[in-house]
Amino acid sequence: MVDTLEFEEPVAVLLKEIEALSQRPQTEGRDAEIAGLRRRVTQVRREIFSRLTPWQRVLVARHAARPHMLDYVARLFVDFTEIHGDRRFADDEAIVAGFAQYHSEAVLVVGHQKGRDTQQKIKRNFGYARPEGYRKALRAMRLAEKFHRPIIVFVDTPAAYPGVESEERGIAEAIAYNLREMALLAVPILIIVTGEGGSGGALGIAVGDRILMQEFAVYSVIPPEGCAAILWRDAVKKVEAADALKLTAVDLLKYGIIDAIVPEPDGGAHQDPDAATRAVDAALSDALTRLRAEPAETLVNRRYEKYRRIGRLGAGIVDIPTTGTTKNTTT
Amino acid sequence: MAWFKRERKPITPPDRASRVPEGLWVKCPRCGQALYHKDLAANLHVCPKCSHHFRLGALDRLRALLDDERWVEHDAGLRSTDPLSFIDAKPYTQRLEAAVEATGHNDAVVCVTGRLDGTDVEMAAMEYSFIGGSMGVVVGEKITGAIERALAHRRPLIVVSCSGGARMMEGTLSLMQMAKVSAALARLDRARLPYISVLTDPTTGGVTASFAMLGDLNIAEPKALIGFAGPRVIEQTIRQKLPEGFQTSEFLLDHGFVDMVVDRRELQPTIARALRFMRPPAEPAPSPGEADEAAKPAGSPPENAPAR
Ligand SMILES: [Zn+2]
Repeated sequence: MVDTLEFEEPVAVLLKEIEALSQRPQTEGRDAEIAGLRRRVTQVRREIFSRLTPWQRVLVARHAARPHMLDYVARLFVDFTEIHGDRRFADDEAIVAGFAQYHSEAVLVVGHQKGRDTQQKIKRNFGYARPEGYRKALRAMRLAEKFHRPIIVFVDTPAAYPGVESEERGIAEAIAYNLREMALLAVPILIIVTGEGGSGGALGIAVGDRILMQEFAVYSVIPPEGCAAILWRDAVKKVEAADALKLTAVDLLKYGIIDAIVPEPDGGAHQDPDAATRAVDAALSDALTRLRAEPAETLVNRRYEKYRRIGRLGAGIVDIPTTGTTKNTTT
Repeated sequence: MAWFKRERKPITPPDRASRVPEGLWVKCPRCGQALYHKDLAANLHVCPKCSHHFRLGALDRLRALLDDERWVEHDAGLRSTDPLSFIDAKPYTQRLEAAVEATGHNDAVVCVTGRLDGTDVEMAAMEYSFIGGSMGVVVGEKITGAIERALAHRRPLIVVSCSGGARMMEGTLSLMQMAKVSAALARLDRARLPYISVLTDPTTGGVTASFAMLGDLNIAEPKALIGFAGPRVIEQTIRQKLPEGFQTSEFLLDHGFVDMVVDRRELQPTIARALRFMRPPAEPAPSPGEADEAAKPAGSPPENAPAR
């Protein structure tokens, strides 16, 4: 049984009751009672998750038991073969890259990996990638381009690692360079945001042709806590900040930043990783089929237009007539 | 990726000459020297005594770099519509109005066509006094427009960054501007057109992690704060004080991420020299078989000659 979140209190109460009943000798009546309680859990959970606040979604996206990239890789891909290192400095284990078979097709898989137990978390640096991670990702993607293989990217990171060595080794340059080069890779790039889309640390491997997002994932320019600390000067205002930042899948679909939402089981992907995987599989294979049909040149041009449009479609910009107030002219 | 203020005292330079009353004296925050404003402006807002670089507004920057202080501005009227209906301590629309009122600009970048040492260039200069020079949809759109004009007319591009990063109040739309501008720079790069990135104090967050780091040349002004994560965020992560000089221009030079650190008074001639190197050849060198062709007087100009 995975941990319940604070807002799942009514569920937690029911689960405790079930556990208490299970401890006692089994009878038909008790079994029926337990079955009833389980139905009630499902129902209550569905109600709670049908109206999650943005902050509650942040908590689900960060849930310790949420399936990570390698959980999906194990369920969705065959013969995953990891490759290591940026051939420049080191191997960053916060980003994983490798090739695999996906429905009998050779693909490249890249993604952030957070780690679950303490040892894994340290190994993966909690999913905070350093410059080497971004450089490894691009090296792997270039390999995919060379051999005409599609790229599937799993995004789940709190942020790029904000440490001294990140700055020394050019984290900004590593991300910037990926943004520029991914724009021109002549193979299909399919992105799925599965947990936290943490700002530039996420975007640094997330330029693509089709951007999917799991129902309870979030994608934000800054963590709500950081936004609250700067704009409200009070980190407690993270709930308000999460609202204001419009970081949910529904919001991002509305703004044209993502292309589709991948549904999750009631209670979030961690409640039923297999069901979550089936939904991810359906969305990925559908998107891949469509992208594969495009000639590379069309793909790259459409990718450019996709990003070119963001912020221009109604919401974003207005052109105010200006009068020439300086000796210099305006158009 | 927040825009943030440096921990030392904020500098509020007279960034628009027209707004500063005549006869004002300015105290240099580094050496304490009292400077007559006109002298400071004549010295490109660099302290004559200690070479402290005061922050420059977008228009002063253009005046400092472009021939005859003349240019044609593009997209001056673009303004954010507050796509998120963002409200923190106060509504974003109020912050925008206040910024427009205070700076005379509609957003945090001014994009122009002008001439630098006789070469037509597309240039973007960021305005820090407009919400920390932060990049939202309008900044992304205007800089992308500048890149596309550079491509269309085969002109060099110069971007002077001065920014705290992505604009929080436009959320993920701001973040996506990094991808948008970088995608346009990819096209510029493949078209073999020059891009010179000038990094000034401060250049941080999503601006550093996109166009500011992608120049064919990255030129930094001395002692500018340049980095990705904010110093305070890093201090919280590592739980210790940052080393002296961390995230300065000189630090980036040491670590190989900027090509040179250039005094503002040398910036225009430095860029001019770079453009002479990067400019496509005016005429293709004649190959032996084409000697007759090359001998013809006044042939039509090569198709990739810079537009004049
Ligand atoms: Zn001084």
